[in-house]
Amino acid sequence: MSWIDIGALEDIPLRGARTIKTALGCVAVFRTGAGEVFAASDRCPHKGGPLSEGIVHGQSVTCPLHNWVFDLNTGAAKGEDGSIATFPVRVESGRILLDAAELTARSAA
Amino acid sequence: MSKQRLIIIGAGMASGRVIEHLVETAPDAYDITLFNAEPRGNYNRIMLSPVLAGDKTYEEIVTHDDAFYCSHKIDCRFGQKVTAIDTAAKTVTSDTGEVLAYDKLLFGTGSNPFIIPLPGHDLEGVIAYRDLEDTQAMMGLGQGNRAVVIGGGLLGLEAAAGMAARGVDVTVVHIMGHLMERQLDPAAGYLLRKSLEEKGITIRLEANSKEIVGKDGKVRALMLEDGTELPCDLLVMAVGIRPNTALAAEAGLAVGRGIHVDDQMLTSVSDVLAVGECVEHDGALFGLVAPLYDQAKVAAQTLMGNEAAFVQKTLSTKLKVTGCDLFSAGDFAEGEGREDIVFRDPARGVYKRLVIEAGKLVGAVMYGDTADGNWFFGLIKDGTDIEEMRETLIFGPAYQGGVAADPLSAVAALPPEAEICGCNGICKGTIVDAINAGATDLGAVKATTKASASCGTCTGLVEQLLQVTLGDDFQMPTAQPICGCCDLTHEDVRRLIKAQELKSQEAVWQELGWKTLNGCHVCRPAVNFYLLADWPLEYRDDPQSRFVNERKHANIQKDGTFSVVPRMWGGITNPAELRAIADAADKYNVPTVKVTGGQRIDLLGVKGEDLPYIWADLNKAGLVSGHAYSKGLRTVKTCVGTDHCRFGTQDSTGLGIKLEQALWGSWTPHKVKLAVSGCPRNCAEATCKDVGIICVDSGYQVSVAGAAGMDVKETERLVDVASEAEAIDWTVAFVQLYRENAKYLDRPYKWVAKVGLDWVKERLDDPAERARLIEAFELSQSIYRKDPWAEHAAKADAFQPLADLKLEAAK
Repeated sequence: MSWIDIGALEDIPLRGARTIKTALGCVAVFRTGAGEVFAASDRCPHKGGPLSEGIVHGQSVTCPLHNWVFDLNTGAAKGEDGSIATFPVRVESGRILLDAAELTARSAA
Repeated sequence: MSKQRLIIIGAGMASGRVIEHLVETAPDAYDITLFNAEPRGNYNRIMLSPVLAGDKTYEEIVTHDDAFYCSHKIDCRFGQKVTAIDTAAKTVTSDTGEVLAYDKLLFGTGSNPFIIPLPGHDLEGVIAYRDLEDTQAMMGLGQGNRAVVIGGGLLGLEAAAGMAARGVDVTVVHIMGHLMERQLDPAAGYLLRKSLEEKGITIRLEANSKEIVGKDGKVRALMLEDGTELPCDLLVMAVGIRPNTALAAEAGLAVGRGIHVDDQMLTSVSDVLAVGECVEHDGALFGLVAPLYDQAKVAAQTLMGNEAAFVQKTLSTKLKVTGCDLFSAGDFAEGEGREDIVFRDPARGVYKRLVIEAGKLVGAVMYGDTADGNWFFGLIKDGTDIEEMRETLIFGPAYQGGVAADPLSAVAALPPEAEICGCNGICKGTIVDAINAGATDLGAVKATTKASASCGTCTGLVEQLLQVTLGDDFQMPTAQPICGCCDLTHEDVRRLIKAQELKSQEAVWQELGWKTLNGCHVCRPAVNFYLLADWPLEYRDDPQSRFVNERKHANIQKDGTFSVVPRMWGGITNPAELRAIADAADKYNVPTVKVTGGQRIDLLGVKGEDLPYIWADLNKAGLVSGHAYSKGLRTVKTCVGTDHCRFGTQDSTGLGIKLEQALWGSWTPHKVKLAVSGCPRNCAEATCKDVGIICVDSGYQVSVAGAAGMDVKETERLVDVASEAEAIDWTVAFVQLYRENAKYLDRPYKWVAKVGLDWVKERLDDPAERARLIEAFELSQSIYRKDPWAEHAAKADAFQPLADLKLEAAK
């Protein structure tokens, strides 16, 4: 694993998200009300809605376009046939670290 | 064998425990010399809060007195500092110039309180909460004094509660959204805040300190970023601690955030150990006492030449404030594949949350009833498989058989004097009395008490009262709850927010028995609106509970770009504004420019990251947000009226502009569109709007509740008035009545259909009620009548990607 510092936890609003540009397209980094951080593809598999703009509730996000709800742990859509890729992310001393190896490995594959 | 020489730097709780282990087990192993910068020996620092609260005296919390040191022949150097260490020669130098040799050296230098370097932090009366001197400074205050505590963590709150118990007027300023955010989740943080406020402590959350204001060298007030001044005689900073590593670093020990130690508490330099708050072990720092005692035990074993290893364990926290019963243990945030079990009992103010991962309990947060805390803590520490008892786990070890949480408890918990029916001013007690006297269905309650006989929004509550009072004798009609997160309808939630004075989302989740942690995309925007509409000053709009358009202040399009619509007051514009719009369209490569149905111009296809810049450009030309995206006032469509039209009877354009200027920026349950036509020919199409005004020779016909969307419906006449001012008053009052009563996402025509136009007329016909509504609206507008674009343009960073890893990869 190679952890890359992508920013401070405070840069993401509570129950909100920010995006990161990667070779794989935009990745959304979510911060839940309880302070957890998740990273997943920013693109809804339904109609391509930007998930980073959705409402974050519990450990889920709702797509702003047509209200698909995704579990941020697994990336699975609830009650729909579809899912988004999730990426390892962790927080250390208030900084958000994303596993870049994962991103580049998948883009190379 | 002669004794070896052990020098200990720092007489604190960890090093004190090392000494105890040594003198008990191997009294002849070491000659101990103990340095301490404070002019005293070891006392129980965590008991300073009971000393502050007056429950204990300093003498009672001294761990080691002179007799202890004397009987174990410990050479005490209290008030002396070690200034230098030579690890090669194995000597330390003290500030008296003395050089002492050691065989083993132990660091117990502890930590320093972190002082935020705000302007004025060095004024007299600005203290930390760390030692006896700080405690005594706080104990010097009493009735009539004011204190501000910066930091809503464990220590800060204990300091605040201790001073409040002495009659001091205390304000806690906390930068985060809830108290003790490291140990508690927002729900428990809300309950804690409520308990502390009941003790008379003022809590200010999400408050940034800007400056400490002094007078004659002494603290006078704390100034917040938003300009608020909090006067105080004493300012306590309790914002965290930093391991005290300066001496260790100078001596050449490996130091990160703390002094690096291995499992044996040995530092990077041979024969030098460290314990306590100054160490960093496997990336972790330590502030609670339990791991410090574990470290002390290991360090003592190492010093005695025995095998021992320090292992980090799960910790639990309790707050030492009377009446604030909270417990937290383990890890209740962070991590994938976790599930929550949440239990709330609004009537008793109880909240419990368990976090489960892979069939095991990994975290627990509790408030109000912490009796089972240690049992849960045991399950966490032991990693017990809880799958078998999962269903009943949250009810604790004593649980046998099943009683489900009562969904009616929110209503049952209301006091008799709580108002149920706002229209007729009927309290719970009156209704319960009527039910007990034989009014056993809704119709009978309506007939005897008038409750729910007017607008009907409290019907659900009256039915619940029937059920609570009559039990199984009452058959509850099925009402649709807001969503799966709760059992209450929109109307019930609105009524209870008012009756119970719920002023935060956390309050709603807790008191109304929400089954999820913080709602979902269905209920959260609704609750956010209800709170801001009912408590404009106490509650502020939460962008994270808004649909994307209202958070971004632009309409999201199907390709993820946005549309930008500047406001054109009453549909009037001028060449300068049009030039600015044209320039912006060029500069930001806007693919589509369209004239809208609301008499303004839509710039479609703007990239999300360009939004703050295009707004800033439009702002420069005097253009503000048109709120074309909001559940709020959209447009006031007008015709040209008497200005130009030969048929015009009144200045319809002027009235439209005045209405738009009065109403813009306000949040409403759904979008609101207005129109003013200058004569009955109705060129502004006013008769299909939420509020439509038709000007006639004799004055103004105000009509409401039209629609031209999914449904098409003509407006209904509300009132005819003679003057422009009255037309504005009635319109504002109608919009406020709608804001106070409608269900979220009901357009006015749907709401009016539910409550009846007669009820609306009756309310607005009362001059006192009309004045109250206008005043309430103005109060809310004192906060929301401003341009969100100007505000967001100043925070352009938040619209950009957090990072660009494509660039990273190219490097």
